[in-house]
Amino acid sequence: MQLLYFAWVRERIGTGQEQVSPPAEVLTVADLVDWLSTRSDGHAAAFAEPARLRAAVDQAFVPLDTPIAGAREVAIFPPVTGG
Amino acid sequence: MIKQPIADGTSSNALTVRVLVTTNAIDLAAEHAALERGGAVATFTGLVRADDGVATLELEHYPGATEAALRRLAEEAVQRWSLDAATIVHRVGPMRPGERIVFTGAASAHRAAALEACAFLIDRLKTDAPFWKREVVDGQTRWVEAREADDHAADRWR
Repeated sequence: MQLLYFAWVRERIGTGQEQVSPPAEVLTVADLVDWLSTRSDGHAAAFAEPARLRAAVDQAFVPLDTPIAGAREVAIFPPVTGG
Repeated sequence: MIKQPIADGTSSNALTVRVLVTTNAIDLAAEHAALERGGAVATFTGLVRADDGVATLELEHYPGATEAALRRLAEEAVQRWSLDAATIVHRVGPMRPGERIVFTGAASAHRAAALEACAFLIDRLKTDAPFWKREVVDGQTRWVEAREADDHAADRWR
């Protein structure tokens, strides 16, 4: 599964993308965030406040309780601030 | 990043919607001219503000997903207001105060549809398209926080 990070999520983790194979019990984006938080201090810092995170699964914007089964690309990022 | 030439103005569905995410300066005259096909054109141009001593504004985006989100918005506007054309251009990368950061435009037979659709495009772009602003002030960088007022402005079109 390809993961993409943007803005301060990317900065705290220290990379904009990584490839992971989460275990079977990781069912949703929220589960994925919890699981990723244990990978490094940077991940823990980026994901410390899940309420400040938004996500896209295969480029579709979704709530964090969305299942990730079969997803090829999951993006995690702060609320958007364009325009 | 996707770069596309400006539509040549010939009539075809493919040219109704124009979406561009670019590191280049936004050419207002060319964008406006490309929309001049019905009876009315309404446009919005956003400029980088020098709020709180901002020296540089940097725009990050989600390549691919950004263009798709903008295209969905423009297509929704064309459907909802029966537009002749809709354009969204958004700048990314570093820019200075006073520079154009975003352009939305709608072309229609009459002014009401063009004005409403133009407001819809910029209000919804603020909440629906994956862009992130980072300010450089006194050599320090900080990410811009999302504003609740922007959510409310977008919600009035749902």
